[in-house]
Amino acid sequence: MAMKGDLDGPADMQIDGYVQEPLPPNELIQEFNSDYLKVYYGKLFPYSDIFRWMSYGNDGKHPAHDQSYFCRREFSFTLENDVYLRFQSFKTASEMESAIKEKCPHKIDIGPVYSVDPMKRHSYSQAGNNVFTPVERELIFDIDISEYDDVRYCCSGSDICLDCWPLMAVAIKVIDTALRDDFGFNHILWVYSGRRGVHCWVCDSRARRLSNEQRSSIADYFHIYKGGENSFKKASLTGPVLHPFLARSYTDVLVNSFEKNLLLSQKIFSLPERYQKILDMIPDESIASELQEKWQGDRKSSISEDVRWNQMKNLLQSGKNKTTCRCRVFVGLWKRLCLLIPTQELTWRHVSKHMNHLLKAPFCVHPKTGRVCVPIDPNHCDSFDPTSVPTLTKLLEELNAGSMKSEIEDGMWPESSNFHGRDFRLLGYKVTEYCNYSVCYAFNPI
Amino acid sequence: MEIIRSHKKTALEVGSSLSLYRCAPHLEVRLDEFELYAIDRLRVLKGISDGLSRGRKPDEMENVVSELWKANMRHPDPSQMMNKDIISHFVLRLVYCRTEELRKWFLSMETTLFRYRFRFESSESQRLLMNEFQLPYKALNLAEYEGVKDKLFQVSRSMGQYSNVDTTFFKVPFEEVPELVGSRRVFLLKGNAYVAMNQAVSIVVSHFRSNLSKALVLTNRKWTSTIREQEKDRLTPIVEALSSSYLGPDYSLPNEFAAITLKDIDQLANSSFPLCMRHLFYKLREDHHLKHRGRMQLGLFLKGVGLKLDDALAFWRTEFSQKVGNDRFDKEYAYSIRHNYGKEGKRTDYTPYSCQKIISSTASVGDHHGCPYRHFSEESLRAALAQTGVGGRALDDVIDKVKHHHYQLACTMTFEAIHSTPCDTGINHPNQYFTESQKLLAPKVIILADLEIFYSRFVISSFITLFQVLTS
Ligand code: SF4
Ligand SMILES: [Zn+2]
Repeated sequence: MAMKGDLDGPADMQIDGYVQEPLPPNELIQEFNSDYLKVYYGKLFPYSDIFRWMSYGNDGKHPAHDQSYFCRREFSFTLENDVYLRFQSFKTASEMESAIKEKCPHKIDIGPVYSVDPMKRHSYSQAGNNVFTPVERELIFDIDISEYDDVRYCCSGSDICLDCWPLMAVAIKVIDTALRDDFGFNHILWVYSGRRGVHCWVCDSRARRLSNEQRSSIADYFHIYKGGENSFKKASLTGPVLHPFLARSYTDVLVNSFEKNLLLSQKIFSLPERYQKILDMIPDESIASELQEKWQGDRKSSISEDVRWNQMKNLLQSGKNKTTCRCRVFVGLWKRLCLLIPTQELTWRHVSKHMNHLLKAPFCVHPKTGRVCVPIDPNHCDSFDPTSVPTLTKLLEELNAGSMKSEIEDGMWPESSNFHGRDFRLLGYKVTEYCNYSVCYAFNPI
Repeated sequence: MEIIRSHKKTALEVGSSLSLYRCAPHLEVRLDEFELYAIDRLRVLKGISDGLSRGRKPDEMENVVSELWKANMRHPDPSQMMNKDIISHFVLRLVYCRTEELRKWFLSMETTLFRYRFRFESSESQRLLMNEFQLPYKALNLAEYEGVKDKLFQVSRSMGQYSNVDTTFFKVPFEEVPELVGSRRVFLLKGNAYVAMNQAVSIVVSHFRSNLSKALVLTNRKWTSTIREQEKDRLTPIVEALSSSYLGPDYSLPNEFAAITLKDIDQLANSSFPLCMRHLFYKLREDHHLKHRGRMQLGLFLKGVGLKLDDALAFWRTEFSQKVGNDRFDKEYAYSIRHNYGKEGKRTDYTPYSCQKIISSTASVGDHHGCPYRHFSEESLRAALAQTGVGGRALDDVIDKVKHHHYQLACTMTFEAIHSTPCDTGINHPNQYFTESQKLLAPKVIILADLEIFYSRFVISSFITLFQVLTS
């Protein structure tokens, strides 16, 4: 799915990693229907916040703003019958609002800011020489749980549960920390994709202006695992110590999450076919076979998870090549835990590498699950529960319950839509850099 | 001729000859030098392009570049060396500014050339060159250094190095060094990359690249808006000829053999084609047909030896039409031939096949592609070799190599037997076989035939000042 340079080719463009999926089971359909969606767009969708965010200060309230900024942004709509409208653009928040209300798109994607209004791109095309070209774009990542299928044992495909969510949480924490501490970005928005993944929007002006080459370099910075499954033994870590980014991720995030959550939930050490994958990564064969013998003899798998893990850790620490061993196992853990780069090219690498890729807007409703694409607070991503995210039905029920019917303002979420102990209303807050507004959404802890 | 150097005194003082090509030379250039210098530089760039597309490793490339430079860019008068460097660079800017594709190629070859030349410089002149780029990076002061020392050490150990922690480090916005970031060879903190002196090459190169890229776009604008028209009787024909006559072959050839024509082709096939191509060629003449993979193997080879598209089309049509008719040829086959020539951008797919590729291809009964040493039975191989005039001891030696699976060696020995000259480099590309053979058989092909047509149109000593052309 490499991107084509041709901006006009919607057929070539894969959005948000979706492929045709089989029809959802019945109970899911009930979570989602166009009438509900109409009400949602009518009452709840946060137009002004999205507008404020996407304007980055160019919203008419600031001196020296660029009036054309927002209307050079591409939006695209996927309508009910899979009609796909690309290159939509809007001059104002209310223009956007009425278009969304009128078309009631099942999915809204956000593209780059172009050099000219994408609606009018054809009138520039005669001028030749690429007048119509993307000029700004958030740095985005799209991480998909199904990429972890060979290392999670609780679900597969597009399912996600509380046992495998920690995998996502690890990825969020590792990437979020590196984006802030290493790359110096501040305006980062994490969003649940509504089904099986998370999206990350890095909104700093510096991030929006990165070239494709610079985007790839960031993607590669996170890319630890090169080549196929067999390349464990010659993983890309050559030196005896880890790069500070990897070392930090390992000690601050990986080990912890592994020991606290995944060790037990994924039962990595109790079944031979699972632990074998780990043993295969130990370069010192005497250690590997010693562990294997020990574990094969001991069939009481129920208690053995952390016992075995500790056995392995101790042996590795005492081995003669302990540093190399640590590095190798690190690679293995990385793959198993935050698995940024599995064997094939990942969707998110493509997404993050190219300016003119589209990504689903926050606060869309996922048409298969009915779940709202809500923001995730990276500092509390451990306690995020994808299975209890507000759904279209739930929100509408509360709306209809009448408790606040009269007071509801547009864009205000029902007070009762508490979610996982947090108030789910939006917070748009002002961030400084060059007096730009960058609206970030966050949960307001109660 | 005066020597232009005022803008780079400092690096020159320490003996550097590397130019950053910041402004067009003010000096007058003779029209013939204009051209010859450009051709010499093109040889260097083509050689680099060839090295890259053959997947040469950095240390091999280092040799390639230094050899190419020595072979082509020297000047009997040392004071002229730098002028030649600068003039040729600016001439090629003109030649290669004209389309996106040309710009891309030129940018990438010049950047590679610069990268290696920069590496050859002493560390002192490297530092001075960095100054000349006016890079706004300051070396870390002691306090800053102490604050991150451990991390810097950690990074260099992670690359298996122990030594460079004592060198100077620069603090650079991470955007400037994507290569180093992507391979995690720098420490990153809050958006800054901490770059060691010996990694500076990466910074300088990316600046060189972006400056040149911008300059090419500007030159292109000037070219279309004024130069092309103003120079239509003088430079324009030369500039246009320079790019078209040299862009054809992907396989870089010494310029002398850069073109062959239809009327020579039979004679060349007999004298200078390696066995694989010879076989395809005669099979085509015989059957008036070749399967797809055979067509690719031969077609790209012919493109590499300099057969122009029109000639190639004529050549294939002559044969195929006898079997399938002109109509079907035009409908089904002509396209792919054009395709081989047209899509220069995707070089990898359309470069002539190397021996390794040919030898490792699979061929079954009825196929004629592949390498005869590998894919023929002993009997047919003996027969084929006999046709080229190899016999006796030499033939047995060749067969012996084949039995031990040394196919390229067998091919090299065939070459030696046919040409009665040792071939020390060995054969690793059919086009190289052809070139080596032509070097021996046709040492005096007229090089600049095309160009002389131009000369006859001007007084040979007509002078050009690139500065004026480029800034008019
Ligand atoms: S060794 Fe190379 S050049 Fe010689 S016949 Fe085989 S493929 Fe052709
Ligand atoms: Zn699960």
